Amino acid sequence: MADGITVSRTGLSRPAVVLALLACTAVLSAALFMTIGARGDWGFVLAFRATKLAGMALVAIAIAVSTVLFQTLTQNRILSPAIMGFDSLYVAIQTALVFLLGSRQLTSFDPRLRFLFEAVTMVLVALLLFRWLLARHSGNIHVLVLSGVVFGVMFRSLASMLQRVLDPNEFSVLQDLLFAHFNSIETELLGASAIVVAVVSVAAWRMVHALDVLALGRDTAIGLGIEHKRMANTLLLMIAVLVSVSAALVGPVTFFGLLVANLAYGLLGSQKHAHTLPAAALIAVIALTAGQAVLEHVFGMDTALSIIIEFVGGIVFILLLLRGAYR
Amino acid sequence: MIEISHISKSYGASRVVDDVSLTIEAGGLTAIVGPNGAGKSTLLSMIARLTSPDSGRIAVDGLDVATTKSDVLARRLAILKQDNQFAARLTVRDLVAFGRFPHSKGRLTSEDRRHIDEAIGWLELGEFGNRFLDELSGGQRQRAFVAMVLCQDTDYLLLDEPLNSLDMKHSSAMMKLLRRAADELGKTVLVVLHDINYASVYSDRILAMRGGRVAFHGSPKDLMQPEILADIYSMTIKVHAIEGHRFGIYHV
Repeated sequence: MADGITVSRTGLSRPAVVLALLACTAVLSAALFMTIGARGDWGFVLAFRATKLAGMALVAIAIAVSTVLFQTLTQNRILSPAIMGFDSLYVAIQTALVFLLGSRQLTSFDPRLRFLFEAVTMVLVALLLFRWLLARHSGNIHVLVLSGVVFGVMFRSLASMLQRVLDPNEFSVLQDLLFAHFNSIETELLGASAIVVAVVSVAAWRMVHALDVLALGRDTAIGLGIEHKRMANTLLLMIAVLVSVSAALVGPVTFFGLLVANLAYGLLGSQKHAHTLPAAALIAVIALTAGQAVLEHVFGMDTALSIIIEFVGGIVFILLLLRGAYR
Repeated sequence: MIEISHISKSYGASRVVDDVSLTIEAGGLTAIVGPNGAGKSTLLSMIARLTSPDSGRIAVDGLDVATTKSDVLARRLAILKQDNQFAARLTVRDLVAFGRFPHSKGRLTSEDRRHIDEAIGWLELGEFGNRFLDELSGGQRQRAFVAMVLCQDTDYLLLDEPLNSLDMKHSSAMMKLLRRAADELGKTVLVVLHDINYASVYSDRILAMRGGRVAFHGSPKDLMQPEILADIYSMTIKVHAIEGHRFGIYHV
């Protein structure tokens, strides 16, 4: 595995320095996002932007943590929960809702209720599917991931079939629902999402040492006393919850998690989860807040951030493939 | 003491381990030998709870491996499999330190550090401590993994073909080390070997398997007989006594 990254042999110092720098940059980008180009009533601007900032931070943490956990579970650096069909499932659920209820009915619902419904459905379907798969294949992660790919295609085909027969007006509403919007986060959902993300993140933080052992592979991890099956189930549940939260807040995002997780591994030169989890989360926060601040207030653009991030993420994905990082 | 009763395991239509029952006493070095596909590695995996048997029961010191908590077993029994590859980039010392996980759960104490230094010393890896695993030769990496399971400080040590990527010098050093682990540290060592001559020279007991069943379980002296070896390996193996040890000659 040629990283091409020089790693300090003294150990401890480098990850600590990187984490401190990332934390400072994150605070700086948040401040930038809050203040850049602000005119008029400061009280209003700050309150308005603070909710957006909170939403972006939540999404960033949810995507970063879920991707790192998923990559540890599958022992693979080019996978993200998206490949398990998680975001196709979100697309399928949205399409089915518009198809069954109609867009007017759907948008008239309390967004909190809709969020709860979407999140619960996603977690339930994901768990049912993966529990069943895990029981059948006794924790064979490769079968699991392959099944995820197949189910992803199935959900997507199901959605596109429904989209074909949809009324054109309804379809345009649906299209809007299915694009990631970092600047029109559903503010009503912030409180509930914050609690959920906090609970899962704390749970992940308490597992950091066990996660380090899990990264050595199933057999070695069991040999060192990990209850592998139970831990895999717990992680899948945590990942499903985090992905539903971020999808419900901003819509599906495919490559962003991959991007921040691999940036974190590269910058740290350490694979300890006590380092990689916070680093990936901080990088995600920086990318979203700084990116949004620059796009929105410097270039005056509106929804382009998700497209840029997915574009860069896609390039990184191809680079990782070419460099053989999946080995 | 490892008690195995009526253990069977099938993969699809092929029965890899077929109704095996035996008892391995505590202490000493037991070698498991046999032709390819005899079920040696599968049996070892089942004792170490990495593979669950279709039927039967395995107990280590009276603890049923199917129902005992994984971390309780991890303080009693350590296993090293053949292929050890993972995405994480670790130094030798990081890897060896993982052997302390069952005891310290990731927070290393000075006692843990003593065990780590000792294991690194035993495997003569002192100069490689801060080297990354992917910078080492296959043999050095293999020794780092053995240091990790040694560091786990368990009564039982299970190794699946530990000589695989080692040259002659390191193979014989590894067998001497396992012998010392049994003699000086009082460990029960269970090791899958391909070379019957290493088994003959270094082990106290040999368990020979063929077609998923136990073909022989006894002392090396009793195994190293032309008729018995011919029966196990389906080939002619001459046996010569050299300097008090029996060697099988099957190369010509």
